[in-house]
Amino acid sequence: MGDYIIPSKYLLKHLINYEIIEPPKITSKTKEIGEKYSPEFVCTPFKYTLGTMIEALELGANTLIQFGGGCRYGYYHELQRQIINDLGYQCEVINLISGGKLINLKSLLKKFHIKKLKGLYYTFITIKMIKYMDKIDDYIRLNACYEKEVGSMKKIKEQMLKAFSETKGYFDLIKKYYYFKRKLKKVPKVNKEVMKIGLIGELYTLMEPMANYHIEDELIKMGCRVKRFTNVTYLLFQKKKAVKKYLKNFFIKYRMGSDALDNIHHTKYLCEHDYDGIIHIKSSFCTPEVTAIPIIDKVAKEYNVPIIFFSMNLNTSETGIKTRLEAFYDMLEMRKKR
Amino acid sequence: MNCYLGIDIGSISTKGVIVNDQDEIISSCYISTEGSPIEATKRLLNKLEIKDDYIIKGIGTTGSARKIIGLMLDANVVKNEITAHAIGTIHLYPNIKTILEIGGQDSKIIIIRNGIVTDYAMNTLCAAGTGSFLSSQAKRLDINVEDFGNIALKSKTPAKIAARCTVFAESDLVHKAQIGYSKEDIVAGLCKSVVLNYLNNVCKGKKLEEPIIFQGGVSKNKGVHKYFEEILGKEVIVHPNGHLMGAYGIALLAKKNKSNKEYSHKLLDIKFITLGTECHGCSNNCELIKIYKDNELVDTWGSKCGKF
Repeated sequence: MGDYIIPSKYLLKHLINYEIIEPPKITSKTKEIGEKYSPEFVCTPFKYTLGTMIEALELGANTLIQFGGGCRYGYYHELQRQIINDLGYQCEVINLISGGKLINLKSLLKKFHIKKLKGLYYTFITIKMIKYMDKIDDYIRLNACYEKEVGSMKKIKEQMLKAFSETKGYFDLIKKYYYFKRKLKKVPKVNKEVMKIGLIGELYTLMEPMANYHIEDELIKMGCRVKRFTNVTYLLFQKKKAVKKYLKNFFIKYRMGSDALDNIHHTKYLCEHDYDGIIHIKSSFCTPEVTAIPIIDKVAKEYNVPIIFFSMNLNTSETGIKTRLEAFYDMLEMRKKR
Repeated sequence: MNCYLGIDIGSISTKGVIVNDQDEIISSCYISTEGSPIEATKRLLNKLEIKDDYIIKGIGTTGSARKIIGLMLDANVVKNEITAHAIGTIHLYPNIKTILEIGGQDSKIIIIRNGIVTDYAMNTLCAAGTGSFLSSQAKRLDINVEDFGNIALKSKTPAKIAARCTVFAESDLVHKAQIGYSKEDIVAGLCKSVVLNYLNNVCKGKKLEEPIIFQGGVSKNKGVHKYFEEILGKEVIVHPNGHLMGAYGIALLAKKNKSNKEYSHKLLDIKFITLGTECHGCSNNCELIKIYKDNELVDTWGSKCGKF
C-alpha cells in the first residue's frame, strides 16, 4: 500500500532469515488479476490485495503476511487464502491485525525464530521510519502547491525513500530524516492564494494512489493545500485515543466500524477550521463509509462547506473523476471570489 | 467587431456560438458530432458564418472533447461542462436556483444559490436517463427523435416502464409493445421513465427549488419537459437556446479571460491526427494518445508515470 513497502521490507529483512520478495507495484495488470479472481461485489481493496498476492506468488513467495483491518477486511485473509489455494498455489497466509488488535504475534516469533530483543529493536526503528515518512508526506501535501518548480518536492521524497530503505541503524535514520527535512524546507516557493481541501474516506483507497487515481497529485497540480488525516501513524498510534475522545462527543455514541466515526469527526474539524472544501473517497461497496456518508453530508451542509463524494471502482473512468474534480474546484473558486 | 467563440463538443452533438461584446449571441450552430469531434468542429466553423469583420479575441471549448479541440484551436479557455453550463445560465437568469441538464451521454444537476454554484451531481454509472437512450429507443420504434415529444403529448395513459436501467427499460418496452400498447403510450412512458430515472439517480437528496430550468439536448423533447413539471409539481423553464447554454457559457468565459491574441479565420486548414499506441515500459500498459498537428507531434496524453 503506497510507499509503506519500504519500512515493512526493512523490518522483515532484518528479522527473518528468509528471502523477501517485494510485491510489484500495483499496475493495470494487478487490477486485472484481482478482478478476475474476486467476487464481483466485494470492496475494491480485496481485489487489489488479491492481485498483488497472486503477483507475489508468481514471483515465488510462499508465505504472505497481511495486516487486516477493523471492518470486514479482517476476514479477507481467510477468503483470499482459499481463493489462492483453489488456484493451486501452495502458501501460508498470516494475518496480524484483527478487530484492531495485534494477533498471532507469538506464533510468528516462534515460527521464524526471532529473538525478542532484536525484534523489539527493529520494530522500533520501523515504527520510527513510518512516523517520519508520514510526517514528510504531510508536509508535502500541505506545501507542494507553493513550489516553484512543479514536482521538486516529490523528487526529494523519492530520494528519501531510497535512503530509508538502506538505513543502517536508529541514528542513521534520524540523520537521514533531518537531512531530507532540511532539503524540503529549502525548496523555492512562490506565495500565492491556494484552496484548502480536506481529504477523508476509506483508508485503503486514500493511501494507495493507484486506487484513488492519483487524486492527491491532481489536487496539488490544481493548486490545493491538501489535508489528509489517515495514514499508518494515525491508524496504529493515534486512532485509539482519538476514537475515545470522539465517543464522548454528543454526535455519535457508537462505533460504526473502520474509520466511519473518525471521518465524521474529521469532517467537523475541517468545517470548523475554515477549509474550502471536502473530498470524501471510498471504494465501491465499502459498508462503514456508506453508513457514514449521510451523516457526513449533513454535517457539511450544516456548516455550509461544499463536499463531494467519490466511489472508486476498478473500472471507474478517469476522465469522469477529472471532470468532477475540475468542476468542484471551479465551484470553490467561484465561492471564494464572493 | 470583437467577438468570442464558444464550442461545446458533446458525445452526440457539437454546439457553437459567437458572442459579441454585449454578450449577445450573434451566430449559433448545432450539428451532430458523428463520432468525430475534429471533423465536426471543422464543419461547425464553416457553418457558423464568421464574417470578415469579426475579430475573434477568444476561444473557449467545453464538453467531452474539450481538450483536443482546445489544443486544435489553441483556445484560451478549456473548462468542464458543469461550470460552462452554470455560467451561461446564470448570465441569462441571474436568480436561477436549479439547473436540470440532460445531454447525450450524461445528465447533471447544478444547484445555484445567490448566483454561485453550491452543489452539483452527475450520473455515474448508467446512461438510462440520457439522450442516447431515447434516440436508440426511437430507432427501435422507427420514430424520429425530433417527433418524440409531440407523440408523447398525445398519450393520456403513459405505459409504466422500469426506469432504473437501460437494459431493464428496453426489455420492459418490448414487453409493453408485445402486449399491444399504442405507440403514443409507450413513447410517453419512455419520457416519463427518463424523468424518474434522472430524479432517482442524479438528484438524490438535493433540494430542487424554483426557479428551475431544464437544458441540454433532451430539453427539446416536450414530453420529458411535461413530465418534469408534472412529477415535480413545479414550473420548469425551457429556454429556446437551452441546448446552446454550454457553448454560451464557455464563450462568456473566453471573453472574461480574453487574450490580446487575434485568432485567424483560417483555423480549418490545419491537419490533426490522433494516434493511439500502447507503452510497454511497465505492466501498466498505458494507452498513449499522441496528437499530431501537421505531422508534428504536439502532445501526448495518457501516461501514468509522466514519462511522456
